[in-house]
Amino acid sequence: MSHNTMNLKLKVWRQKNANTAGAFKTYEVNDISDEMSFLEMLDVLNEKLIVTGDEPIAFDHDCREGICGMCSLYIDGKPHGPWQANTTCQLHMRAFKDGDTITIEPWRSNAFPIVKDLTVDRGAFDRIIQAGGYVSVNTGNAVDGNSLPIEKDKADAAFAAAMCIGCGACVAACKNSSAMLFLSAKVSHLALLPQGDPERKSRVLNMVAQMDKEGFGSCTNTGACEAACPKEISIANIARLNKEYLRAGLTVE
Amino acid sequence: MLNAKIPAGNLDDKWVDYKGHCKLVNPANKRKMEVIVVGTGLAGASAAASLGELGYKVKAFCFQDSPRRAHSIAAQGGINAAKNYQNDGDSVFRLFYDTIKGGDYRAREANVHRLAEVSANIIDQCVAQGVPFAREYGGLLSNRSFGGTQVQRTFYAAGQTGQQLLIGAYQALERQVALGNVTMYSRHEMLDVVKIDGKAKGIIARNLVSGELERHFGYAVLLCTGGYGNVFYLSTNAMGSNVTAAWKAHKQGAYFANPCFTQIHPTCIPVSGDHQSKLTLMSESLRNDGRIWVPKKQNDTRKANEIPEEERDYYLERRYPAFGNLVPRDVASRAAKERCDAGYGVGTSKQAVYLDYAAAIERYGKTEVGKKGLSNVPHEEIIALGKEVVKEKYGNLFDMYAKITGENPYEVPMRIYPAVHYTMGGLWVDYELQTTVPGLYALGEANFSDHGANRLGASALMQGLADGYFVVPYTIGNNLADEIYNAPIPTSHPAFDEAEKAVAERIQTLKNINGKQSVESFHKRLGKIIWNECGMSRSEAGLKKAIADVQALKKEFWSDVRIPGEINEYNPELDKANRVADFIELGELMCVDALNRNESCGGHFREEYQTPDGEALRDDENFMYVAAWETTGEHQWQLHKEELKYEVIKPSQRNYK
Repeated sequence: MSHNTMNLKLKVWRQKNANTAGAFKTYEVNDISDEMSFLEMLDVLNEKLIVTGDEPIAFDHDCREGICGMCSLYIDGKPHGPWQANTTCQLHMRAFKDGDTITIEPWRSNAFPIVKDLTVDRGAFDRIIQAGGYVSVNTGNAVDGNSLPIEKDKADAAFAAAMCIGCGACVAACKNSSAMLFLSAKVSHLALLPQGDPERKSRVLNMVAQMDKEGFGSCTNTGACEAACPKEISIANIARLNKEYLRAGLTVE
Repeated sequence: MLNAKIPAGNLDDKWVDYKGHCKLVNPANKRKMEVIVVGTGLAGASAAASLGELGYKVKAFCFQDSPRRAHSIAAQGGINAAKNYQNDGDSVFRLFYDTIKGGDYRAREANVHRLAEVSANIIDQCVAQGVPFAREYGGLLSNRSFGGTQVQRTFYAAGQTGQQLLIGAYQALERQVALGNVTMYSRHEMLDVVKIDGKAKGIIARNLVSGELERHFGYAVLLCTGGYGNVFYLSTNAMGSNVTAAWKAHKQGAYFANPCFTQIHPTCIPVSGDHQSKLTLMSESLRNDGRIWVPKKQNDTRKANEIPEEERDYYLERRYPAFGNLVPRDVASRAAKERCDAGYGVGTSKQAVYLDYAAAIERYGKTEVGKKGLSNVPHEEIIALGKEVVKEKYGNLFDMYAKITGENPYEVPMRIYPAVHYTMGGLWVDYELQTTVPGLYALGEANFSDHGANRLGASALMQGLADGYFVVPYTIGNNLADEIYNAPIPTSHPAFDEAEKAVAERIQTLKNINGKQSVESFHKRLGKIIWNECGMSRSEAGLKKAIADVQALKKEFWSDVRIPGEINEYNPELDKANRVADFIELGELMCVDALNRNESCGGHFREEYQTPDGEALRDDENFMYVAAWETTGEHQWQLHKEELKYEVIKPSQRNYK
């Protein structure tokens, strides 16, 4: 594999903490290999900042293979950057060219307060799960795994919804900061499976109530969430969520 | 000699007898007892959820922003269980046997047998939680093969099994949070264990957002903090994975066992340059269908597709006809290194071998043609059908490869090379998973007990969940039953004062160094030393040099590291400095352990000890023991041995031919 290097200008959001106002700051990085990942490019910048006595840029990241959901970054106006079905940590520099200016911002949503620079607090997602995103089964209660056959198509559809990594790109992409795609993925995962059936009604009602309480906006079906989702979670899940919600509302005791 | 407190009786009966006779804590008392769980991966989340369900008051800690991010999430291939759903001869005994053999006879029989016994319960529990395992058209669970075994016992969810299992455990954990049984502390890092009268009674944790130090009391402390693979800097671990909690426990008296037993995974995407921050694994499940090869000619510069079939060396199939591409990880990794070192490597770096799917694509294509009853199908169409099948089985892995390398693995063979993946060593624990510090437990990858000198694929998830769901809920009661007479200790106790002061001073010392080099640059240098001298092959001279190099690096780190920012704020560089300081000390101990073990076994390959055809040569007479190290001072450790007694399995030279 041959590789090229490039020089870039970065406009990065810097903010000391949630209580301090932030601003863009411009940096230059040189000799960036197109084989680097985007975060490795930021590592290079941070190394430079540290040895020159500046403060490095704080950003969330962990697995660097697109599965933990920790990385975020709003890159040139898109959550997780220009590639489709991709997380920031999987974005590689061959997506850019020499001389580009790249704008890097944190997730923007009232429900995700800034911790520092590009790092935000996504605790609201955990609290939505706490409201009902589970099957109430204690350890030791289970029967044999094969005593409950599940249609392959349904199991596959449940898996497709359960692939959500909880990164928050859907919220960041939405002009209303709605968390409907995240929520609907969990509701769908469990509504599609017989294990989730006993709590189907209470789950959807409680989880939606918690989402509203957290300050996420409403869904107006623009589909921006689906387009930004690194795991290609379908907005058909939102339709299923609406169906589940309506069903629960109409039949609640 | 260390006493592992293994129950008496037949191997088959030990765990059943233990459960039947262990002490219990009644529900009213459980409600009054706080338990601390550090780490929320498979072991931690399952333990915290299960203990919460039992009624204990649990405090759970993770350094990530949410417990769902723990690195168990990245496990791809699957989870083993002795269900024998495929009617292919599996049983608890066979899973037990394969694990002991795979571990090259350096694991403890009683623990491994218990692991095999509870493996089936894990699958049931996960299904009940709604984990969407792969299924067949009849609606029943699907299985696949994995390395080191000849049965199909691996349950999976595409290439995201760890993610699905962790989300199951995470949801169970969040349910307990909602019920008030678990309090979750995200973005918190444990920085010391607090001991009172010789027992672990709490921790000092740092709130990573505010930088404040916090004191937490618990009747027991469970470390579920994963492995230490990041000591190599480049590994398949997440960037944040670290040894700090386990190392602090070690400094407080917990013995560290077999630190040199580290696993190098054979199928990872090769290093592309100095900027590299981590390595990405391509699941071992790819070895089910993919064929591994290098050119028969040295320094062959042709592209893979230009090399005719008869000029390819399928070296695993050649050397190990019985297991072929499915030999255990240590064997596959060494074989790849051997070929590359001999000049047969491929790609620009020549440090890679091919993992080829062309044959599998064609085979699956033909099967599809048969299933659909088609005839006279052109070759391209067969290939297209085959690609569809491969996509369904391994699609996410192929996508990942394409994103990182910019190459299309459906068209050209993947290039792979071994990378650090897992650590079999860890805190020494007895049968109850208790360390040598009473009240301090270690679960999952953080302990050493089940995988010996080499772990089989799809067994890490099994062990993490076994420890958390089905082992510790019993064994902890056996000890806490005696604690009910002791009142909770307020965190104003002098032991907490002292521990917090020591932690604060260390942080201040680190910050005050104000040197010139970044934490990351030290970590990279440490990684290179350990990879070169304590990686895939080790020698006496190399290890001695590495020990000296690591000691020098430690000195340099503590005099020239630069940590920007403030102590009392969100400061990832400070977090990293704390971790790297511990990795440096651990790195030294790994080399000490590797130097002490004058034999080759599993992932530990000492160049001086090999068979004429290059296989690991064990020395059962002198080294059939667990090496458990006690820290006795700066650069000083005392070796304690736990003798390994094989009562059921007779150790033999591992043979995968």
